[in-house]
Amino acid sequence: MTVTKKDPVVVILQLTGANDYLNTIIPYNNGEYYDNRPKVNIPQDTVLPIDDELAFNPNLAPLKKMYDDGNVAIIHGIGFENSPRSHFRAMDIWHTCEPDVVGTEGWVAKVVRDLDPKGENVLKCVNFGQGLPRALALRGVPITSVSNLESYGVMSSVPGMTGEQDRARLLDRFARMYAPAIGTGATMDYLGQTGRDALKGADIIKAAPEQYTSTIEYADNGIAKYLRDVVRVHTANLGTQIFYTAHGPFDTHFNQPPMHARLWTEVSRAISDFFDDLREHDAADNLVMMIFTEFGRRVRDNGTGTDHGAGGGAFIIGDNVKGGMYGTYPSLKPEDLNQGDLDPNYDFRGFYSSVIDQWLGLDPVPIVGGQFEQVQFV
Amino acid sequence: MPDKEDIASIAHLMRRAGFGASRQELEERAAKGYEATVEDLLHPEEQPPIDDDILYRFMPGYEGALGPPINQAEWVYRMVNTQRPLEEKLALFWHQLFATGNSKVDNPPEITQQIAMFRRQALGSFRDLLVELAKNPAMIWWLDNNGNHNGAINENWGRELLELFSMGVGNYSEDDIKDASRAFTGWTIEPKIPRNPLGRFYWNFEYRAEDHDDGEKSFLGQTGRFNGEDIIDIVVKQPATARFLARHLYNFFVADEPQVPSWNINPPNDPDAVDQLVAAYDESDGDLRSMMRLLFNSDFFKNARFARVKSPAELVVSTVKMAGNYQGPRPGFNMLAMECNWQGQELLNPPSVESWHTGGEWIDGGALVRRVNFAAGLMGDTSLPGIREIVEELRQRGVSAPEEFVDACLDLVGPLEFSESTRSELLDQATEDGELNWDTDEDAEKSEKKIGVMLALITASRDFQFA
Repeated sequence: MTVTKKDPVVVILQLTGANDYLNTIIPYNNGEYYDNRPKVNIPQDTVLPIDDELAFNPNLAPLKKMYDDGNVAIIHGIGFENSPRSHFRAMDIWHTCEPDVVGTEGWVAKVVRDLDPKGENVLKCVNFGQGLPRALALRGVPITSVSNLESYGVMSSVPGMTGEQDRARLLDRFARMYAPAIGTGATMDYLGQTGRDALKGADIIKAAPEQYTSTIEYADNGIAKYLRDVVRVHTANLGTQIFYTAHGPFDTHFNQPPMHARLWTEVSRAISDFFDDLREHDAADNLVMMIFTEFGRRVRDNGTGTDHGAGGGAFIIGDNVKGGMYGTYPSLKPEDLNQGDLDPNYDFRGFYSSVIDQWLGLDPVPIVGGQFEQVQFV
Repeated sequence: MPDKEDIASIAHLMRRAGFGASRQELEERAAKGYEATVEDLLHPEEQPPIDDDILYRFMPGYEGALGPPINQAEWVYRMVNTQRPLEEKLALFWHQLFATGNSKVDNPPEITQQIAMFRRQALGSFRDLLVELAKNPAMIWWLDNNGNHNGAINENWGRELLELFSMGVGNYSEDDIKDASRAFTGWTIEPKIPRNPLGRFYWNFEYRAEDHDDGEKSFLGQTGRFNGEDIIDIVVKQPATARFLARHLYNFFVADEPQVPSWNINPPNDPDAVDQLVAAYDESDGDLRSMMRLLFNSDFFKNARFARVKSPAELVVSTVKMAGNYQGPRPGFNMLAMECNWQGQELLNPPSVESWHTGGEWIDGGALVRRVNFAAGLMGDTSLPGIREIVEELRQRGVSAPEEFVDACLDLVGPLEFSESTRSELLDQATEDGELNWDTDEDAEKSEKKIGVMLALITASRDFQFA
């Protein structure tokens, strides 16, 4: 298998639980903001201004620096019409691009299918985390899901079967037991495919940690660990083009200020270390990171936190990203709010389309289900 | 003497109503009869509880365990060692339905208390369970009802009570949520005592009348100055509630259903079974024991062998029960808890209030690898007591020829009903390995190794992923 090092790569970071956009990119000169957020606000004298209207939350300082370097695109007002306030439903919509019916096919998995139509590389997409998000679910599309890179491998623990010959025999039998069988049902078929793919993927990916060295010292938290794993696999040149991981919970109904601060401190430092690490390996130029969350939070705070809202924001980060702000920050005027929430003015499927089209060079229409306005971030 | 079919029926019942059982227990229960066994399971109070004195003497850190994975390990200990299997299985069912997570609660002993409440209420009335849930300190904190005030509602609990815990989406309006939330204002916890160096203090429910919105509310077509219990009284009488609960029970105990968020669009796979459970709910005024009795004695249950993908907790606990190496207090339960976590089910810390996706969605590439490695690693270890019993049984039966060997293993590990394609692979393995032979010590050792490999392959198969 030949791997072109410069194949475009996308890292998707999901902020699970609904990040409060108003306290992430802050309209710090807008009286409506402070009127609506008597308790859960970011004080004007602490923000990191972008211009006269908007500013970064101070806990995003590393991202602000990357923004100043021109490597961060901020997309305002993202969401969809009739945004449900349910995490479950909203996340499903983001994952499947199906706002009107319950979808089961993940948009990322459709991208993977287009990148590798015959499913030849089971490492085309690697998820880091526990369990597979629906965005990656599509029967017939192999996704390798790794919770712990160090211990990944099939039937590695049968006592007395540690000799190479014994293991080869076991793995061969495993492969035969997971071979396609007729008439055993959809779940058995799915398990068969999953088993065969795991067998293939495990063999290849175990080499990744062995080759990697770095001077970057990541922080000790989940997102830092997984982004470091992304670098380890990416720099091993295994043909992976899509990485997926998540961090949270951003569901800050209560006691928001310290929780939100801690989460963003972790995320922004991890991202900054991640890109430094990539640059150290000369591996940053063909990669972009997309960051999204299921919805924003209510404009008026509830005393110590914020309830479920609608419109939010998203980011695209990378050395070859045209940095800056895209779209319009939704109005906070009472008459412009939708049931007390920011009214989204930019369809999330346009955000996906931009990356699918401009970065990966694929046709976004069948993947996201239509034509949507793109942001010209490349 | 119970025949093979009797044993298979009881094995099915014990996989679903508990976490499996040893061969000896299956034979004893089969001799007693199916319906009598169901009645035994429905009355856990007639069996001794876990002996906390023994547990905490050997593992003092478990009492009020400070955090994961110790609090999770304590629960796994109970799942493995309980003599009240249905009580523990229902506690897991309620945990998956009323998913409360330590990521936010950040008080592990308090979530452990919630699970203990599930045990107490497991087979009582659904109404009482919901009232206890509404007063449960971990739940109040998890869904922010302590921030739900007269004049400034926080609708998190009110919404999830209706959407996820009782009726399901599409059966109420946004206004119903607001007024339900108003009715639960003042339902909070006493001021928290800051944590001390050795642990945390338990929280207590507190009703603050001065913070309760006593005004008139309109909820699901009824009007009144409702308080929280009134809302629950109305909720449990809704046909949508009986149907939602019935479908959850079916999904957990009988056969995998589509994922919960699609339930208002996709009808149940077996509408008649759900109707029967709804009727049991209606006739008994929401009595959970009556529903479970109907379920376990029904044909739709008896005919649903291996129709569910095991959850990680089921896979881990049933496998160690079979291997027999985790009976009573001993080190290592932490690892079992972590194993559930790595397979995709971190007990006491579900990913969100929407809980885990179940069925085929338990399994992805990473989870499958872990499941296979865990189960094959234990079942292939012929030094473990449960595996020794299987070896001894095969030896006493004089099992030798390949086909006999494969079928005896499938029988002793289940009885399992495997697909013909998997069985034929096992048969090929047995044929390649040659007949079992016990004549000399050397022969016995070789035979033992073959058995270990066979059991490892059985548990590594896709068929084994089903319960």
